[in-house]
Amino acid sequence: MTAAAQEKKLVRPYGDTTGDGMVQLSFTLPLRHDERAEGAALQLAGKMGLDPAMVVHVKAIGPDFTFFIVYGRVRHLVDVSAVQVVEREYPLLTAKEVNLAVRSRLRRKLVVVGAAVGTDAHTVGLDAILNVKGFAGEKGLEHYREIRVVNLGSQVGAGELVARAARERADAILMSQVVTQRDAHVQHVREVVTAARAAWTDDRRRPLLVAGGPRFDPAMTGDLGVDRVFGKGTTPREVASYLVHTLPRRSA
Amino acid sequence: MTSKLGLDPAVVQTARELARRAAQPVVHMAQTHTTVSVERAVLRLAGVQGADAEGIPWVNRLVDAVRSSVGLAHGVALPVWDALLAGQAADIAELAQKAATGGVAFRLPAARDADRARRAARNAVAGGIARIDRNRKQRERLLARLGDPEPPWIYLIVATGDIYEDIPQAQAAAREGADVVAVIRSTGQSLLDYVPEGATREGFAGTYATQENFRLMRAALDDVSRELGRYVRLTNYASGLCMPEIATLAGLERLDMMLNDCMYGIVFRDINPQRTFIDQRFSRQVHARAGIVINTGEDNYLTTADAVDAAHTVIVSQLLNERFGKEAGLADWQLGLGHAFEINPAIPDSLRLELAHAQLVRELFPDAPLKYMPPTKHMTGNVFAGYLLDAFFNLVGVLTGQGIILIGMMTEGIHTPFLSDRDLALENVRYVVRAARGLDEDFHPPRDGFIATRARQVLGESVDLLDRICDQSLLDAIAKGTFGVTKRPADGGKGLAGVVPHADGYYNPATEILQQTGEDAR
Repeated sequence: MTAAAQEKKLVRPYGDTTGDGMVQLSFTLPLRHDERAEGAALQLAGKMGLDPAMVVHVKAIGPDFTFFIVYGRVRHLVDVSAVQVVEREYPLLTAKEVNLAVRSRLRRKLVVVGAAVGTDAHTVGLDAILNVKGFAGEKGLEHYREIRVVNLGSQVGAGELVARAARERADAILMSQVVTQRDAHVQHVREVVTAARAAWTDDRRRPLLVAGGPRFDPAMTGDLGVDRVFGKGTTPREVASYLVHTLPRRSA
Repeated sequence: MTSKLGLDPAVVQTARELARRAAQPVVHMAQTHTTVSVERAVLRLAGVQGADAEGIPWVNRLVDAVRSSVGLAHGVALPVWDALLAGQAADIAELAQKAATGGVAFRLPAARDADRARRAARNAVAGGIARIDRNRKQRERLLARLGDPEPPWIYLIVATGDIYEDIPQAQAAAREGADVVAVIRSTGQSLLDYVPEGATREGFAGTYATQENFRLMRAALDDVSRELGRYVRLTNYASGLCMPEIATLAGLERLDMMLNDCMYGIVFRDINPQRTFIDQRFSRQVHARAGIVINTGEDNYLTTADAVDAAHTVIVSQLLNERFGKEAGLADWQLGLGHAFEINPAIPDSLRLELAHAQLVRELFPDAPLKYMPPTKHMTGNVFAGYLLDAFFNLVGVLTGQGIILIGMMTEGIHTPFLSDRDLALENVRYVVRAARGLDEDFHPPRDGFIATRARQVLGESVDLLDRICDQSLLDAIAKGTFGVTKRPADGGKGLAGVVPHADGYYNPATEILQQTGEDAR
């Protein structure tokens, strides 16, 4: 399909025939397993736009719950032209190109301070981006000769992170968040943003604020008040490329 | 048991001897230091409960008050029971409240006063230890009456943050086949230098470990155990800055297994290494007495390091955990040594490598239950592929006779498990156990084959690493990033301020009683 066709098209999910609209979903209802529970599952599927819907699997989970797998045809159409995505605003560079860009544009090492902020004790995402080990076959930022990484680890408070970033004269603050219960990830990032904006009143001197985690969406950038958000599957190279693309323009 | 892998008993012996040597200086340090949390655990054993209006437990207030007046180098017991004998308060609860506002004059008693204070302290602490002993007997009675499940024990996690949501989830998990229920702690708890009080309904990705939450959950599982005719074990986490106190609460409330690793807090939570090793020794002495099975955390190394390159660091850590555990009085059946199925499924032979590692651990620790952890790092969000990977994990667990299998969730890394995720995961493991239990009888990898060769290679690398650790010291090795690719210097991290060297005449009634347990066991 050409890009132009992609933009105009109205589409439905594809099961095995164009336009058949077939989807699968599974869910649990807090009902004892009986005929009425199956009817309730079909009613839910209908309200979700599945018509016809077919319950293909039912299983009682204990005395009070029933699990369903449902297949059905959705009547909704997707208007591809109305879909908005955050397109990558920077070119993807190799590690060598990143190092070269830092040397020629900054004439010093690029300093990154990273932490899993707030109560979050999970450093999996942070380490995937920062540790030499890296992620998805790419080495982490520690491996880049022209990047100096200060990895503060987990459960770092907003004040502590901002103070350290100031002391290290950081070019960027990386905030990693895995735990999302009760929107903790959003709260924690906002705390850092508030502290950083208080510490650097001049936006051009402020380090770039970058949030990352599996449940973040790049479209949340404005809402969180950060400069960039990275979602699930982000690799170290994407972060490095973004930083070198964005930094010189800010200091200019 | 003859080795399926052709392991050389002399090499295994060398590995154990090196682990003993590496551990020795750390054991000595733990024997000659105390921490604020060890001292608070002493008070908890003597029955101090509750918290002030700010939620700070009275044990914290009392230890802080003693520390600021006479210091902790002689332990908290001597000045506290001396003050009680002097009539400064009617009982220890009142003493704690008075001390919090500076209303108690503490001193270090000498001569006969010291003898009297020691005796009184020992009597008070013996009361708590008697309760731990009664709980152990009660567990043994329930296991005999209700039945002890055949291994592998199916281990499931609940983590809602709200103890009153956890309870129905845990009961549902037990009804669906869980033999062990673990309540994951709130993510911030490891770095709290106090144990929260009461039943809690707010937590982040887990539920706070409190004495009341322990009691509520154990009672709920006792109910469901009777309903099912099978004793369902309860697990929590003796880790973080309050490791000794949480171990104590676990004994007081009849928890059955506790996560308790010798280096996890250091590497993954940046808790000071000295603090961790001192706290760890005390907590293991309590676990030994309580008949609790500990679970160690080697699986975590493989979430930061590569599961193939770092396989030998898991073995080295297990040998150290075994050594530290035995020194503290734990028996082999109490050592749930951890490891994990974390090799990248995209690489060739990943299943054969997993089998080699799992069988190696099985043969090195034949009498330990072993805690086998499911894939997490390579769970991608493709729940269908994840379900398959979990089935392979279950198969390796059954084939290599792992004692405790933590059930993998196909939605790992996406959200806290749905009720249905847990049910599907149990369906997966039940199928594998039904289909393949006993397959280990038919599993005899050739001595010169891929699996046996790989296992011997990992053991060899483990001996080399232990050798290098003995050349320097364990604390130096940790500082250099040997475990989990994370560098943790001996004077860094959180909690060092709570470490105090013993003075001559240091007295800890709990250690005195618990060390007798260890000596009796040996």
